[in-house]
Amino acid sequence: MNWISNYVRPRINSLFSRREVPENLWTKCPECGTMLFHRELADNLNVCTNCDHHMGISPRDRFRLLFDGGIFTDVPVPQPTTDPLHFRDQKRYPDRLKAAQKATGEAEAMLVAEGEISRTPIVAAAQDFSFMGGSMGMYVGNAIIAAAERAVALKRPLILFSAAGGARMQEGILSLMQMPRTTVAVDMVKEAGLPYIVVLTHPTTGGVTASYAMLGDVHIAEPNALICFAGPRVIEQTIREKLPEGFQRAEYLLDHGMLDRVTHRRDLKEELVRITRLLMGLPPAIAGDLPKPEEPEPLAPAEPAEAAPPKADAAE
Amino acid sequence: MQYLEFEKPLAEIEGKAEELRAMARANPETNVEKEAAALDKKAADMLGTLYKSLSPWQKCQVARHPDRPHCKDYIEALLTDWTPLAGDRNFADDQAVMGGIGRLDDRPVVVIGQEKGHDTQSRIERNFGMARPEGYRKAIRLMEMADRFSMPVVTLVDTPGAYPGKGAEERGQSEAIARSTEMCLKIGVPLVSVIIGEGGSGGAVAFATANRVAMLEHSVYSVISPEGCASILWKDAEKMREAAEALRLTADDLKQLGVIDRIVKEPKGGAQRDRTATIEAVGREVRDMVEKLSGLSRDEIVRERRKKFLNMGSKGLAA
Repeated sequence: MNWISNYVRPRINSLFSRREVPENLWTKCPECGTMLFHRELADNLNVCTNCDHHMGISPRDRFRLLFDGGIFTDVPVPQPTTDPLHFRDQKRYPDRLKAAQKATGEAEAMLVAEGEISRTPIVAAAQDFSFMGGSMGMYVGNAIIAAAERAVALKRPLILFSAAGGARMQEGILSLMQMPRTTVAVDMVKEAGLPYIVVLTHPTTGGVTASYAMLGDVHIAEPNALICFAGPRVIEQTIREKLPEGFQRAEYLLDHGMLDRVTHRRDLKEELVRITRLLMGLPPAIAGDLPKPEEPEPLAPAEPAEAAPPKADAAE
Repeated sequence: MQYLEFEKPLAEIEGKAEELRAMARANPETNVEKEAAALDKKAADMLGTLYKSLSPWQKCQVARHPDRPHCKDYIEALLTDWTPLAGDRNFADDQAVMGGIGRLDDRPVVVIGQEKGHDTQSRIERNFGMARPEGYRKAIRLMEMADRFSMPVVTLVDTPGAYPGKGAEERGQSEAIARSTEMCLKIGVPLVSVIIGEGGSGGAVAFATANRVAMLEHSVYSVISPEGCASILWKDAEKMREAAEALRLTADDLKQLGVIDRIVKEPKGGAQRDRTATIEAVGREVRDMVEKLSGLSRDEIVRERRKKFLNMGSKGLAA
């Protein structure tokens, strides 16, 4: 080894990597502007410690928090034709896809998993807003169909976490066709007599809201989540007036009868367990951890056991 | 006749021919008929060439042409015993959605469609064909009724999209669209749909989730308007030509993708130049689609509709 690889290269690398580190340590809350330390934010389930704004959370992280012991199994999703329209705007669609895959480490904008929540077996699907705005294309459609089929096959409830800007424009009309496609999937679950519960997270808009996100047996939203068909900007342009504070937020939708509950992320698991167990006719979940089995009598160590008889002898 | 932007050269020629004839009427001794006839022929040729190769953006303009036959025109021409039914039994009657019962030949049918209006007053009344939740809930109600009385449902789609307004959001625009799509998938009677102008996004899907979907040759059907797509992806609303191209919203592309089943030919120069012929052509197609589905049982109808949508998108466009 010469001095270039042993000395110069590490120095160059450290120069670059040193610059990258601090950027990831702090996150600015988009609602109140507070700078939040990443570890503190993660410990608080990606909820702002200052204003309680519920920030995005990746499907995998959500599942780790949701499922018992963080254990779940991915449900495979059939891969659709990539770029069916050969779509090109300022970038090629496959390039946008690749960039999103690299940034998120996931194949697409939805993750499907099966597992148990407080020992209640469920199938869950979660949409990833950080993957091209969570937009609904063929893959998301396939994911919801796969989730529904799995739920029906295992006779389990389906819990879906929505988060999307709407349809995936780069798939044109085929993204629009996911509205009826996912509706068929949802109806398969309902017809099998199984609960379909939607958790609407920030933001859920457009064609996603106007299909599977609004067809649940129970609609729960995270606080302050934007939930709408047409976004506030589009509406302001149409009616040319300012919209009131809180318009199209979760609490507003609750007031207008579109939701059943608005629930803080920290209470979500308990709520989902309670609701699914009620709808599935199961007994209440056991609160907290199961009592530890009674301490077994400490086994006498092997050697002293062998040594015991002489001891006894000695006692006699 | 209102000329579209790309029809300007045509307008000039037709204008000249008209001028010549006006001149001849003023001075009966001048004979201009030969010249005028030559101009007519030139105009006719130009019209033919223009409409043979319309670009996607030009098709968007044709699809939005104010003189195209609208839902009301089709209903009046094709149905007898037409009885409009109103209201969602909940909040209001949405004038952007026409609905009711009537006879297609002898067969009682339910017809639902968006109506854009034909002059300023009716356009405002009809909200330019942009339905509010009440419109979708009226459609849901009528589809339910069709199901109970075993009447086929015909939907005529012509909307820029669902209305993006404050009240519409408050009353659950998303939920209304979702339920309407769901009802389309549930009913055990034939549901056939024709895109007669603009098939605008979710507002169109809520009616067009049908056993058979036909589309007029120059109509468009898209997830978003080219202008909207351009302003989001190109950050420039003026790039609508590029967006219209990329979105694949023409009847030919949609047929290739399996999203629609049939294309209804339009008269030369588009539906706006011969409304009667267009309405007749659509009528023939609707009758044929309903007839071909009428032999199926309720279960078969629901199953085939679901299967169609589940399988949709399995084929992309050829490279």
